[in-house]
Amino acid sequence: MSILTEELKGTEHLLMGNEAIARGAVEAGINVAAGYPGTPSSEIIENLARIADEKNLYVEWGVNEKVALEVAAAGSFAGLRSLAVMKQPGINVASDFLLHLAASGTRAPMVLVGADDPGALSSVNEGETRFYARQMEIPLIEPGNFQEAKDMLKWAFELSEEIKNIVLVRTVTRLSHASGMVKLGEMKKQVNNAFFKHDGLMMDPMEGPMMSAPVGLKHGLQQEKLEKAKELFETSPFNIYSGPDSPELLIITSSICDLYAKEAVALLGLDSRVGILKLGTTWPLPPKLLEKYLGICSKILFVEEVLPFLEENVKILAAELASKIGPKTFFGKNNGDIPTTGELNPDIVVQALAGIFKIDYSPADKTYQQRASEIAFTGAPARETTFCPGCPHRASFFSINKVLAMDNRNGFTCGDIGCYSLAMLSGGFFTLKTLHAMGSGTGLASGFGKLEKFGMDQPAISVCGDSTFFHAAMPPLVNAIHNQSNIIMVVLDNSGTAMTGFQPHPGLTTDATGNDVPKIDIPTVARAMGAKVTVCDPFDLETTQNTLFELLEDKQGAKVLVLKQVCALSPEKKSSKMFEIKIDSAKCVGDDCGCSRMCTRVLKCPGLIWDEKTKKSVINEVICVGCGVCASVCPTGAIVKEEAK
Amino acid sequence: MNDIKLKHDPFNLIITGVGGQGNVMSSRIIGNMMSLKGFYVTIGETFGASQRGGSVMSHVRISEKSTVSPQIPKGRAHMIVSLEPSETIRVLMDYGNPDVEVITNTRPAHPVGVISGMMEYPSDDKIKAGINEISSKAWFFDATQMAVKIGHPIFSNIIMAGALAGTDTLPLERETFETIMNTKFPVDKVKSNLDAYDQGVAMTKAL
Repeated sequence: MSILTEELKGTEHLLMGNEAIARGAVEAGINVAAGYPGTPSSEIIENLARIADEKNLYVEWGVNEKVALEVAAAGSFAGLRSLAVMKQPGINVASDFLLHLAASGTRAPMVLVGADDPGALSSVNEGETRFYARQMEIPLIEPGNFQEAKDMLKWAFELSEEIKNIVLVRTVTRLSHASGMVKLGEMKKQVNNAFFKHDGLMMDPMEGPMMSAPVGLKHGLQQEKLEKAKELFETSPFNIYSGPDSPELLIITSSICDLYAKEAVALLGLDSRVGILKLGTTWPLPPKLLEKYLGICSKILFVEEVLPFLEENVKILAAELASKIGPKTFFGKNNGDIPTTGELNPDIVVQALAGIFKIDYSPADKTYQQRASEIAFTGAPARETTFCPGCPHRASFFSINKVLAMDNRNGFTCGDIGCYSLAMLSGGFFTLKTLHAMGSGTGLASGFGKLEKFGMDQPAISVCGDSTFFHAAMPPLVNAIHNQSNIIMVVLDNSGTAMTGFQPHPGLTTDATGNDVPKIDIPTVARAMGAKVTVCDPFDLETTQNTLFELLEDKQGAKVLVLKQVCALSPEKKSSKMFEIKIDSAKCVGDDCGCSRMCTRVLKCPGLIWDEKTKKSVINEVICVGCGVCASVCPTGAIVKEEAK
Repeated sequence: MNDIKLKHDPFNLIITGVGGQGNVMSSRIIGNMMSLKGFYVTIGETFGASQRGGSVMSHVRISEKSTVSPQIPKGRAHMIVSLEPSETIRVLMDYGNPDVEVITNTRPAHPVGVISGMMEYPSDDKIKAGINEISSKAWFFDATQMAVKIGHPIFSNIIMAGALAGTDTLPLERETFETIMNTKFPVDKVKSNLDAYDQGVAMTKAL
């Protein structure tokens, strides 16, 4: 039993935003949930997977987000309440199916949760889910706190039931990964009976075939559904105004930004002068509600993250309503008061309000701030993110980097999405020279590998993780093989979707809910496609580097090198050492050895400490996991690895 | 609701450290202890890429009135609990003020730039002097060493939670901690965690 499965109606609990979302889906009586791991969305499916048996759910980690959305849609078509979950770039991946699904409509209620990462705290983009709602012509709702994260999920299913189309729920990192108090509600009864009706008339949305054609008719029907949602939004309890009847300034906001706005207003003591309209239903905007609140004030400030979605859509409404609500002065992204990049926080809203109201605000005493900054200048050296001690990626990139340097043709590595993206930084020797979407490393390499006729002789290597291989790197590999592109694709296989917390993928023998499943073997797949495939252990630096040299010599078509070594944080490796590592301080000659401290200056594993006093390397016993890679790079044999006890 | 009044509402606690030290667990436990006492708790944190050897910070906000922003405004921390000494200073720079109190593990975790020799890690004395200058009260001790003695360096996060309880800044009671251990932790882990908590409490009570 858990907080997700027990009725516990009316009791209050501290839940993570993603747990609240999962609870909301369970309260709505879902049967099917599918997604692909991605920060900050992963805990939703993880939590549902844990209770799958107990609550009779089908929960799946899809091979990618498009397939996950299709799997969830099948549930809806067969009459089961279904949920799909993904981070924002996943919506891009799923968007082709989403466009067609939005036009075909759904049957049993279906909800898509899109998790944005403003500020790119764990992403290489700050993509926006909200704009998809407008483009795909589907309703969008945004919870503003933890209670709403649960309540609005449940409501999203009711809305989908009502309009017979998919409903998009957008969350952000600071809601999904934050925690707050949630009062639990009643659990709806599940359906538990699946049947896909398909024998009805072509035009019959409930019993005929499910498709987006005939386009004219279905598109019109889809827009009627959106109109219905708009009407329902007019009276939604999730659109909340707080503040005086006639404020001097009206803040229009949504999502977690509502809490930032409230804090900022309180910090400046503006409670009696500023009103806040928190919108939970952000597409389509309810015009009557907006007319009412735009009418109470002539100055409007938009508080939202990244792009001006609310700002632009409200401005369009304000133009249409101009004769009724009069002229307005707008503050927000367009006038520069609120930034268009990065996440917001209470301080940014304070600064915007302080500017508008001409208030002098400083977070702390100015002398204190100056002194604290001075102390931090030398007291808090910058802490760059890097690979964990014992991470196989450090060894892999050490070898790739070394071999490319010795090859001396200005070769380069195209990166991909996962922990190994960190190889763009010093901890990964700045190895990655391109970094875009999942699978893009191999796609780009496939292109570079065909530019020889234009005089390009630089070797092109791509890297991708094991989960990424299945997600999006197989088509570009097929492309490279078929088009005889001269590339080396290195699969960094660490046996799990490591960055997001070890979710399983098709290369493993366990699925999301712990069942034994057939695994798809990466080397076998690549061989069957027609690539030349080699498998190495990246901790064996010598063999890995010799193999890479051989592959660089071979200029005929696509080669695949699988570097297989389990992640240092994996449940099977955690808390156990592969080797006991010792440093023979008599042999360690530090800066004098001629290697210029290969272990600490070049390899830079956090499991090593450079002792400034003795000028020797020391093992950090607290975090060293004993991978033994430093022993392989030490030219004097001062670092010794012994079998772990 | 409690008879105990918070010194500030919301009370702003920051738990900081380096990825992998377990400060997320620490913030969850303290958050749960306070929510079991009937307070509104809001915790803001990030994990994912930032966890990989980078600075990690949890904002724990406790209120009798409502849920608040998961990010504490700059300069508004009341207490900083830190698993790594230079991270204490980093947090003080943004969230400190003359009244802030600090509990710090004194065991450094060297950033990549220090390991490679590009940057220098400040001496213990320099760190202590710096923290003492920009806080109203500070506790220092080597929680990592204590944790290793208990059996694993990871226990330093529970030691720090105990150390916070030992300051009597918040109504954190051992009984509540025990309840959480018994409901959320496997049986074989409870004893070591209680031990870690008690040692943490003793640390700040004594200093």
